[in-house]
Amino acid sequence: MITLTDFLVVSAALFCIGLYMIVSKRNAIQILIGIELILNAAILNLVAFGKHDSISNSGQIFALFAIVLAAATTAVALAIILNVYRKYKTIDPGKINNLKD
Amino acid sequence: MSLIRVLFYFMSVIAVASALYAASTKNLVRSIFVFFVTLFALAGLYVLALADFVAVTQVVIYVGGILVLIIFAFMLSGKETLNVIQQQKGKFFSLGKLPAILLAALFFIVMINVMLKADADNLAWVKDSITYNNTITPNAVMIDNIGVNLMTRYLLPFEAISILLLMALVGAAHLSRKEGSA
Repeated sequence: MITLTDFLVVSAALFCIGLYMIVSKRNAIQILIGIELILNAAILNLVAFGKHDSISNSGQIFALFAIVLAAATTAVALAIILNVYRKYKTIDPGKINNLKD
Repeated sequence: MSLIRVLFYFMSVIAVASALYAASTKNLVRSIFVFFVTLFALAGLYVLALADFVAVTQVVIYVGGILVLIIFAFMLSGKETLNVIQQQKGKFFSLGKLPAILLAALFFIVMINVMLKADADNLAWVKDSITYNNTITPNAVMIDNIGVNLMTRYLLPFEAISILLLMALVGAAHLSRKEGSA
């Protein structure tokens, strides 16, 4: 049997890797990948706990909602990244340092 | 050690190792493609947690949708990003990354401590669900139950999220149009 703590440890590791990517990367796309990793760690927790709810399936259903939200976030974030690239010719978040006017 | 435990360790080692590689590599393209592997391994973990429908959705939406979108954005933002990567090559371990590594490691230690202290397998509601046979068994079919619940108990969040998805996609299309042609 796989215990709940096993899932929790794996998702904690994924969360911390995602946190490291968000803090250290100089590239907006890699930061986005870090955010996706954190979201996946959260979904893993939802699914692992949802195993103990076979009547209302709350864990799995909210995992589905989180996946849909991740898709929406990614679409908007990539549109913003493309706009930033068009304007600044770089996607390094440290170099984007002025407002519109 | 049962086969399911071996599979669990296999999947989790693949997921964590590929995530670490995606985090440590300087090459953006490799980072994206290794992230594919992480997502597939996570789908395997969802199957081991008896959530097969979530695993299939993960493969369809993440691997089929999100990663293709990321690759598109990468290709459209092209050469500049690759040039930045080439300049940073040569240093294996840079001192500038130390605070980030420290932050992530400390966070990991704190979370592991909390999780071991919380002792999730002995929570009251988890024990209740095991005694009242509320736990999903490996041969149960959950998909029809998910569908019924999605249309009854969780109808409001379902509709709210559909509106949100529509707004996000319209917003993304609006943001990525050519300037001045609107």
